[in-house]
Amino acid sequence: MLTNIIKNNNLKKCFRQVKNYSTIIKPERDSKYATINNQDINYFQNILDKHSVLTDPSDVEGFNQDWMKKYKGTSSLVLKPKTTEQVSEILKYCNNRKIAVVPQGGNTGLVGGSVPVHDEIILSLANMNKIEGFDPITGVVTCQSGTVLENIESYLSPLGYTVPIDLGAKGSCQIGGNVSTNAGGIRLLRYGGLHGNILGIEAVLADGSIIDCLSTLRKDNTGYDLKQLFIGSEGTLGVITKVSMITPPKPTSVNVGLFTCDSFDKVKTILTRAKSQLGDILSAFEFMDRPCIDVVLAHQQVQDPFDNKQPFYILIETSGFNETHDSEKLNDFLESIMNDDLIVDGSLATDTKNISAFWKLRESITESLGKEGAVYKYDLSLPMDQFYSIVEIMRNKFEGKANVVGFGHVGDGNLHLNISTPKKPYQKEIFDMIEPFVYEYTSSHRGSISAEHGIGSMKPNHLHYSKSSNSIHLMKSIKNTMDPNNILNPYKVLPN
Amino acid sequence: MKILVPIKRVVDYAVKIRVKSDKSGVETANVKMSMNPFDEIAVEEAIRLKEKGIAKEIAAVSMGPKQSQETIRTAIAMGADTGIHVETDKELQPLAVAKLLQKLVETEKPQLIILGKQAIDDDCNQTAQMLAGLLNWPQATFASKVDIKDDKVHVTREIDGGLETLSMKLPAIVSCDLRLNEPRYAKLQNIMKSKKAQLNVLTPEKLGVDTTSHLSTVSVEEPPKRKGGVKVENIDQVVEGLKKNALI
Repeated sequence: MLTNIIKNNNLKKCFRQVKNYSTIIKPERDSKYATINNQDINYFQNILDKHSVLTDPSDVEGFNQDWMKKYKGTSSLVLKPKTTEQVSEILKYCNNRKIAVVPQGGNTGLVGGSVPVHDEIILSLANMNKIEGFDPITGVVTCQSGTVLENIESYLSPLGYTVPIDLGAKGSCQIGGNVSTNAGGIRLLRYGGLHGNILGIEAVLADGSIIDCLSTLRKDNTGYDLKQLFIGSEGTLGVITKVSMITPPKPTSVNVGLFTCDSFDKVKTILTRAKSQLGDILSAFEFMDRPCIDVVLAHQQVQDPFDNKQPFYILIETSGFNETHDSEKLNDFLESIMNDDLIVDGSLATDTKNISAFWKLRESITESLGKEGAVYKYDLSLPMDQFYSIVEIMRNKFEGKANVVGFGHVGDGNLHLNISTPKKPYQKEIFDMIEPFVYEYTSSHRGSISAEHGIGSMKPNHLHYSKSSNSIHLMKSIKNTMDPNNILNPYKVLPN
Repeated sequence: MKILVPIKRVVDYAVKIRVKSDKSGVETANVKMSMNPFDEIAVEEAIRLKEKGIAKEIAAVSMGPKQSQETIRTAIAMGADTGIHVETDKELQPLAVAKLLQKLVETEKPQLIILGKQAIDDDCNQTAQMLAGLLNWPQATFASKVDIKDDKVHVTREIDGGLETLSMKLPAIVSCDLRLNEPRYAKLQNIMKSKKAQLNVLTPEKLGVDTTSHLSTVSVEEPPKRKGGVKVENIDQVVEGLKKNALI
């Protein structure tokens, strides 16, 4: 693959860029984009009401920066439409004026995809937060794209259904952003990804045309499945305004086990046993190493689960509909891993208090690391044999100069490699120690450099590590067809 | 020294409580149940006293339907030595519970009874006090710290404006407040063992206690639904609204 890349002239250029640019260095502003003036603002105020056009720098500030304070733009305008038609009018105008636009959901992304790189205007979907319908027979829910994920869950829960996607950021992230990012999360192991669970999408293209693919059908095999293009395109192909999603019945019997292991090989063995012995009730298999636990303990109100510290912690969740059936399966599994000395310590939570305490250990890692200082985040898919090796390699490389931690959805082969430098800003020297090494390592084992976070503004120049030049070429021509003026989320996803 | 820890199986604290359609009580069918969190603190405190070598044996006791045995097993998994189940499908009120406990004290002969200050389902906060009255034992309620030296218990309680420390002679009753300790997670090995533990199963009849309730429930109602707020344009309207609703 590498030889192919070097043969290709365009990509050769981008390969050089990899060495020269680190993530904190921005691509230059493209001068083809118009800068906004008062006339533009007046126009937008006519489309929306005055409360939905934010120009005061203090109002705009929060939209310009991501929550990690890693990416920051200089936009001076935020638009908050309420309807698809308003989005359409805004984009049509921007397309004619060549004004660049960044669509923004809950702004909880991890790769800088939802904040402007320069002065792109921010199209916030936050006010498009209506749940429009739910079919209690099929379990299909339809809502506007700005609906907060947790609100969909609270809406479905009394009806006996649950959302098939669950993330640490559920309280702020929005479904449209989740879909645009093709976010993964904890339940992917059980319910599969968004490409399977999203049944329909309504989106607005750069020229303002509304693409209505808002099907609520499980099976619809008519021509190209256009909605799939929007899933994971990170707002570069269109702005998602509505989604319909199939939701599963909410499990009534939930158990969470927390276990410690003294080697990663044992984690792998437990994973295969969990898959075969728990089968249909297995709903999460997460792992975190001891340094993760230490960071969480330093920042959260949680207790160290066991007196005996071990290098690896596993969280296993089962969800089902019959307590007796589930606990029988679970008991057999627990006895098997105990009798074969696969675990050092373990505990099982059946009440909500302990269930949430165990989940907190896993779910607050990202937030806790963020409180320490700069965090260099890598979201990799790797084969099981190399899964944890990269963490150890990086730990040796940094020799204590940074805190290298590994956690993630081991059940899905997805590692979150995080390198944290407490009380320090983002530094070029640290980036240079990580990149492109981590990407090259991942690529050489045929892994993915972005398992679930997306590409955003962090990784366009690294896309080639996971996608062939022909694939990237095809992506570019799709982008060109759907957004010929390149006004939607520029500088992101695709390399120049 | 032997410690008796009465524990109650209650609707899990995270469950949204629903009132039964006939208003006779709250819905408990197909609802997640757990150990009353205050009782869990009591179990933890008893285990800590055992770990310090002060207590020799911990007996956990629960009263109610068959499923209460799960709660007893949870206490055993945490570290209680034995479990007693007083099985009844009738609803028990604090006085009946206290009378049953009084009977158990005769056979179990504990020196100390530690229990939660209240159960999160009925919020009665009466069992410890009633039991102390029936046994004529000293009591310290709402404990946030418990120290035992020789035959004396020193209990610190959080009261308005500071801390109060009581001292009483054993045998005694202590009811636990939230900040007494943080309960441990039961170890998997012990969870598995607890599933096979033999429980001492009794009934109110066997203990010769009349559990007939002297109180009857007239009606159980949900709290009134919160009304949505209104948006106002300016300060004057805020003041006007407050005056109109007699809030200032």
